[in-house]
Amino acid sequence: MTATKEPPAITPGISSPTIRKPNRRSTFAIIDLYKSSVGKKWIMALTGIMLMGFVLFHMIGNLKMYLGESHFNEYAEFLRQLLVPIIPPTGVLWILRLGLLAAFALHIQSAYALTRINRKARPVNYKSPRDYVAVNWAARTMRWSGIIVGLFLLWHLADLTWGWANPDFVNGNPYSNVATSLDRAPVAALYIIANIALGFHLYHGAWSIFQSLGSMSARFNPRHNPIRRGFAAGFAILVAGVNITFPIAVLTGVVG
Amino acid sequence: MNLTLKVWRQNGPTDPGHFETYEASDVKDEMSFLEMLDVVNENLIADGHEPITFDSDCREGICGTCGLMINGQAHGPQKGTATCQLHMRKFHDGETVTIEPWRAAAFPVLKDLMVDRSAFDAIIESGGFITSDTGGPRDANEILIPKTAADTAMDAAACIGCGACVAACPNGAAQLFTSAKLAHLNLLPQGQSERWKRTEDMVETMEMFFGSCTNYGECQEACPKEIPIDFIAMMNRDFLKSKIKNRKLQGQR
Repeated sequence: MTATKEPPAITPGISSPTIRKPNRRSTFAIIDLYKSSVGKKWIMALTGIMLMGFVLFHMIGNLKMYLGESHFNEYAEFLRQLLVPIIPPTGVLWILRLGLLAAFALHIQSAYALTRINRKARPVNYKSPRDYVAVNWAARTMRWSGIIVGLFLLWHLADLTWGWANPDFVNGNPYSNVATSLDRAPVAALYIIANIALGFHLYHGAWSIFQSLGSMSARFNPRHNPIRRGFAAGFAILVAGVNITFPIAVLTGVVG
Repeated sequence: MNLTLKVWRQNGPTDPGHFETYEASDVKDEMSFLEMLDVVNENLIADGHEPITFDSDCREGICGTCGLMINGQAHGPQKGTATCQLHMRKFHDGETVTIEPWRAAAFPVLKDLMVDRSAFDAIIESGGFITSDTGGPRDANEILIPKTAADTAMDAAACIGCGACVAACPNGAAQLFTSAKLAHLNLLPQGQSERWKRTEDMVETMEMFFGSCTNYGECQEACPKEIPIDFIAMMNRDFLKSKIKNRKLQGQR
């Protein structure tokens, strides 16, 4: 076995199509893996799991707003004080933030790189109307729902973390910030739209994880396959559905 | 039955190509799609025109030579059927049928409806084989294989390499083909000695030509042998393992 990859012998013919140069194998398997599109799917899936964990706990934390102002603000303070005697205040929070930032960066970079590979692999579209048979709307709009969620995230940070987009922003009182921000109807609408996009993104993403990580396929693990679609649908509806109740709760005066 | 055919005509790989409309009259229900094209071609030749170029060989759905995009569906409307086994009873009188070649960067059009699929050969050449011992023939059933493994490997081996998976994939990806070709060897004892090298080589060769998987599942719907995308999951897992195991084989690098 040789460490460097020899280009495969291609039968000389009229045409010998190649869209990418063969990758020279690296000494480090992880770099090697990242160069390949299958490896990039692994990155997509693993960072996807991290981001799914984040949206789930973000949603659970936000449920505290139904318990009232003191509970919600205490929880926000608790996040800053995680493991405090051992680690300085906001230390754990920053570690989590950096991890999330890295996950977002890798997720977006992989998606961008894979999209470029795919566009190159199918440069000419069919001229006749193309009927998609299997693919659902959520899967086909992954790039758009991803972009919507990504742009919304920047707005969300500007709105409730940095306070730039909220004239009534009070540093250290997240409950009042949520209430004053979501009381504006266009902002509430934006939150609802972004969460619908997130729901669709999760619906295809949470299903795809199993495929990309090569686990739980029907033939090799029949017990788990029926829960695969159910898990994806359940997770998407749970996270997006509960998130959508927050702007509605503020608008209807339940919270605030 | 009378049909209007919109057929892609392209005189060579560099020609931009265009659709041309033909009338197929008196088409019988029992004709296969290719037989219908044969009749159209005979009329074209009789009229002094150049016939439509398309690939075909065995015409019994097992060689994988034929393959047309019919009304935007690879191998036409019938599930689990190659173009040669598609019968005209699936169409109705007066229908307009659009026929296009497979489209992918890795499958350049040679002429009309015929594409060059040598990229598939490159994938097979890079690892789609086993090392077998020469000498006297072995006794039958000398190597015991679990029934489920044999069945699953057989399902993967049903792949005829027609390229419908690539044609149906919006990303021009050959994951279903490559994973089937990997699985039918990787699942059997005879394929174990080269399993990890095969996986690494075939996946990396595939990636030189084809796109990546977005888990749409269009390929398994288009596949005339109904090969499931579960094999792609298996390939994804084996590729990661191969990156680790092949390095260990080289002496714990």
